[in-house]
Amino acid sequence: MSENVLRIENLTMQFGGVVSVNGLSMEVNKGEFVALIGPNGAGKTTAFNCVTGVYQPTNGRIEFMGETIVRNHPQGRMARQYMGERATLYTSAYRGEDDPEALEAIEREGDGERRAQLRAQFDAEARERLESAKRRDPDALTNRVIAPTPDRITQLGIARTFQNIRLFSSLSVFDNVLIAKHMRARQNVFSATLRLNRREERRMREETMALLEEQDLARFKDEVAGSLPYGLQRRLEIARALATEPRLLLLDEPAAGMNPQETQELGEFIVKIKEKYELTVFMIEHHMDLVMQFCDRIYVIDFGKLICEGSPEAVRADRRVIDAYLGVVE
Amino acid sequence: MPAATLEKKSKRGAFLSLAGVAAVLALVIVLENTLDPNRNIIVFTTLKKGAVYALVAVSMNLLNGFTGLFSLGHAGFMLLGGYAYAIFTIPSAQRESVYYMYDGSAINFSFPEFFSNLFGGSGAGGAAGMVLGMLIAIVIAGLVAALVAWLIGLPVLKLKSDYLAIATLGFAEIIRAIFQWEPGGRITNGANALKSFPTFNNFNITDAEGEIVLRLSTSVCFAISALCIFLIVLLINSSYGRAFKAIREDEVAAEAMGINLAKHKRLSFIISSFFAGVGGALFAMYVNQVQAKTFNSAMTYELLLIVVLGGMGSISGSAIAAFLYVACGEWWLRFLDSEAAFKSASDRWAFIIVLAAAAAALTALLLWRRKRQGARKFSELWTACLLGAVVLGYDIYYAASGSMEVPFLRTGFRMVVFSVIIMVVVLFFRRGLMGDKELPARLRELAAFIRRLAAKIRRPSAGGGKPGAAAGKEAGGDE
Repeated sequence: MSENVLRIENLTMQFGGVVSVNGLSMEVNKGEFVALIGPNGAGKTTAFNCVTGVYQPTNGRIEFMGETIVRNHPQGRMARQYMGERATLYTSAYRGEDDPEALEAIEREGDGERRAQLRAQFDAEARERLESAKRRDPDALTNRVIAPTPDRITQLGIARTFQNIRLFSSLSVFDNVLIAKHMRARQNVFSATLRLNRREERRMREETMALLEEQDLARFKDEVAGSLPYGLQRRLEIARALATEPRLLLLDEPAAGMNPQETQELGEFIVKIKEKYELTVFMIEHHMDLVMQFCDRIYVIDFGKLICEGSPEAVRADRRVIDAYLGVVE
Repeated sequence: MPAATLEKKSKRGAFLSLAGVAAVLALVIVLENTLDPNRNIIVFTTLKKGAVYALVAVSMNLLNGFTGLFSLGHAGFMLLGGYAYAIFTIPSAQRESVYYMYDGSAINFSFPEFFSNLFGGSGAGGAAGMVLGMLIAIVIAGLVAALVAWLIGLPVLKLKSDYLAIATLGFAEIIRAIFQWEPGGRITNGANALKSFPTFNNFNITDAEGEIVLRLSTSVCFAISALCIFLIVLLINSSYGRAFKAIREDEVAAEAMGINLAKHKRLSFIISSFFAGVGGALFAMYVNQVQAKTFNSAMTYELLLIVVLGGMGSISGSAIAAFLYVACGEWWLRFLDSEAAFKSASDRWAFIIVLAAAAAALTALLLWRRKRQGARKFSELWTACLLGAVVLGYDIYYAASGSMEVPFLRTGFRMVVFSVIIMVVVLFFRRGLMGDKELPARLRELAAFIRRLAAKIRRPSAGGGKPGAAAGKEAGGDE
């Protein structure tokens, strides 16, 4: 069985009265190249932001390398406003019930003996679910919330790029990558100021230079990042993400604004770095040729809900996906 | 491509900068021991105040220019530093007279006195102990400011941009009010000044009779300020400095690169406040007394002005602007405040002619700028002549009046001229004198500009390029 790197469970993000992501569950396995697609406004970037700690999800749990990194349940005012499903799943109130309609159906059953039998079966299933939830995450039923800041997530080994490039645009290309090395350094502010960390600083600089050379950015190293051409800025952003030494790379529309040939090169580039750094890649993308050609699996969401999952071929043929993208004939 | 390439930091450059600072320091020592201090008070006042303001402005730049936190609490932190220094250095013999309103001081400990007694009371040992105690008190002044910064940083740094500025400004005012509060009088001396503590003059080396052998008061002020600025430069060029710049550039991206925003913002705030506290201690030594009312918001605005004039994100810019600002305010423009009369009629006419020429030159310059921007019609051009016309009109009126008084000169005119200069600088050098570059890069640009100009003068026809473009670039304005 392949190992889960990222596991998203019942992720729900509600902003006021808008449910942006609704009960989303997905898995990304080690070494996979997975894409998340969907029409505009489907909630893809919101899902990414929940994983990276930019948003605290309203409900749901996220696991990275078998460890729970994010967990929340609707609280306070949101508990009353909550429009998603399974509001009690990560609270101490959870008893393992999963399907209220099934329970009602059992209650309506005329035959008393059969009703008792179904009820027992239902309870056993509920217990089993409860047990498995506890097995997976011992704290799951304790109301405890885990809401790390983005920097903490990056430290755990999840790096990301942004939909609209977010470089440190008035700093040099070299500094942009070097900054990403800051997090893993062991210096403190005194040793860094008084230059007692020479060896570490030199190592950081050498690693940065090696990374830039490998990404073919070395000749631009002293240029202002904001003055680079668009394609190079994209590449620099990926290089910067790699500098944080991630195990999972989240790419938010890496091919946005690229022509078909650049897109093709980008796909090959992602596969190359994925092999080289033994990465798992999870990508949001609109370029279907890129997604279909390079990805192992695809998740499709629409209006915050997962509508389809599977290999590129399966997704391409799926009626719901076509409907979501092209609309349904009434 | 060259415009987009950042300057490389080289070892040679660092050594040159250090050598430059050492040369300035040596020059100050020489000046101090050759010029008569009593007849040149203004020079040394300017130099001391400039050095203090340079340090505080650089520490403010660390926060505003490098970390991107718009904070206006620096006067408050200077106040804390100044008071901490004074409270821990007033000799116990003087406490009674300083705190006479409150029947003596609650704290009766003086670092200089303590170390002076430890090292033998008088003579060289005592003097060395005194200096050591003063330096320790300066560090403690910084630590007190840093501690308070840590405390208020916890809630305040959650705010962004303008809100942070308002909160920190409010903090500075609250601190000032607390230090003027009567019940704390046995520590802070209420609204009265703290004085009689050792100042820069205690660094002068004297012989047994008390005659000064070597004057060091101004140069010690310079040295402490330079050391602190040097430490800030080291910090800014370290990994932490890069993290600060990353936060300034893009908070979301910085966080995604694993930089803990809360921790790094607080760090920057605390370090900046530490140096503001040290600056406050130096300021107290420079004025020989500490009084809460001097550390008002006007002081913060002065510092902000220096940072903006020098260039957000330029250390040398802040330092140079501090000296220019202090020199203009205290020294070069002083004569504007006192009334004067022309000695002879020819002097008066020379003045009238110069003023008329200035009006004409101003009009020509403004017209040229308008034309360069593409204005051709009279309706677009006539406003450019207004200012010149007003000046010329006054000039004619003055010539006709027959008065021998020099016009304008009276108390308060200095501030008018000062404000006009600042407005002109901000209008024409939109990103400050230095932008976000340092002095060597600016000097290189200047040298290149002069070379281009020289080449153009030698071969006027081959110049080709627009003269305005080069001038605009030199002015540092981002068109």
